[in-house]
Amino acid sequence: MAAHEQFGEDLALHALGALDGGEKASLEAHLQECAACRRELDCLRGDMALMALSAAGPKPPARSRLRLLEAVAREPRQLAVRTSSVRRGWWRMLPMLTSAAAAILIIVILGKMTDLRNQLVSVQNQSVETQVELQRAKEITATLTAPDAVRVTLVAAKTPPQPQGKAIYVKDRASLIFIASNFGSLPADKAYELWIIPTQGNPIPAGVFKPDAHGSGTIINPPIPSNVEAKAFAITVEPESGSSAPTSTPIMLGAGG
Amino acid sequence: MAALYDRYSSIVYSVALRVLGDTGAAEDVLQEVFMQLWRNPAAFDSGRGNLAPWLAVIARNRAIDQIRKRPTMTDIEDVVISIEPDMAGEAARSVAMEKVRGTLGNMPAAQRTALEMAYFEGLSHTEIAEKTGEPLGTIKTRIRSGLLSLRKAFSPAT
Repeated sequence: MAAHEQFGEDLALHALGALDGGEKASLEAHLQECAACRRELDCLRGDMALMALSAAGPKPPARSRLRLLEAVAREPRQLAVRTSSVRRGWWRMLPMLTSAAAAILIIVILGKMTDLRNQLVSVQNQSVETQVELQRAKEITATLTAPDAVRVTLVAAKTPPQPQGKAIYVKDRASLIFIASNFGSLPADKAYELWIIPTQGNPIPAGVFKPDAHGSGTIINPPIPSNVEAKAFAITVEPESGSSAPTSTPIMLGAGG
Repeated sequence: MAALYDRYSSIVYSVALRVLGDTGAAEDVLQEVFMQLWRNPAAFDSGRGNLAPWLAVIARNRAIDQIRKRPTMTDIEDVVISIEPDMAGEAARSVAMEKVRGTLGNMPAAQRTALEMAYFEGLSHTEIAEKTGEPLGTIKTRIRSGLLSLRKAFSPAT
């Protein structure tokens, strides 16, 4: 108790922050090991707080409230977030949910972009394939129709060349290619005309041609109806402009498929 | 935070203004005290006192640090207050305020002056002794007796 009495007055000064020098250091050392003096210090601080009431009266200006609330709004309170995690409301998770939604949205968009990119690559590949096929078709056509093309029909040895025609027909596409070789020359107002002999109905005109100096000629995809079942193909000699129906007896005939 | 401010800003501001004598400086202390509470609400131990006196002590200490032109001496977590009267409500504070003013008014002038010099001016007992020309021991006794008089005024026996 003697020690407590010794420090009693110093405790009051210490509560006020009015103790200095060696006395302050000595008291603080004592407080480290004396719970009774620590309790008394707490009480003296309470007494000190009462002193504040003697100054009570003035009110802070309204701008102070606004200033504080603005500062609070700018500065999230970390501790409050940590301690309230158990009962966290959905609105407190809003930033996290927003981030998660944004991440999911980005993933979805990236997925869509990947799909679109794959589709684009596929279309590009198809386009390349189409271009290649088209180029090949052009080359075939160019070869077949080239005026300087050399057309040779191979036959058995010592056999004189005979007129020959080859028709390649795809009914679904209404596509027809005819290649003539060793055809004899015609009067200027005449031409050879190709006919599709359908399984039913009248012959269908399939183009006219005049053989070149070597007796060769071609017809490439003449305007014909689709899905016509061809029973045979025939060649007649017709007026130069062609006929809608054969006007002469076929000089060549070949059975279809 | 707005509710706490509306309830306790007056006591924080008034004590800071009394110490500093400048409204702008008092507003700064007011802001600082509430921001510290906002940043570290766990520093206030509600089991060992109510918020009003705790804020008053923090505000007074901050204001004293300013007039003494010294860095903040007290960590708010180190401030523990044991006090009986309920100062949370406006009415309770008003009653307590009248009682404090009455108690101070009944003190000998020399005792009240020593207590106010220590509390509102932040002077050490050595400085008070020098200013008043009183012995150190006398100053110590007056300050402690003054605080105990306030405690007695609020003890249940009175």
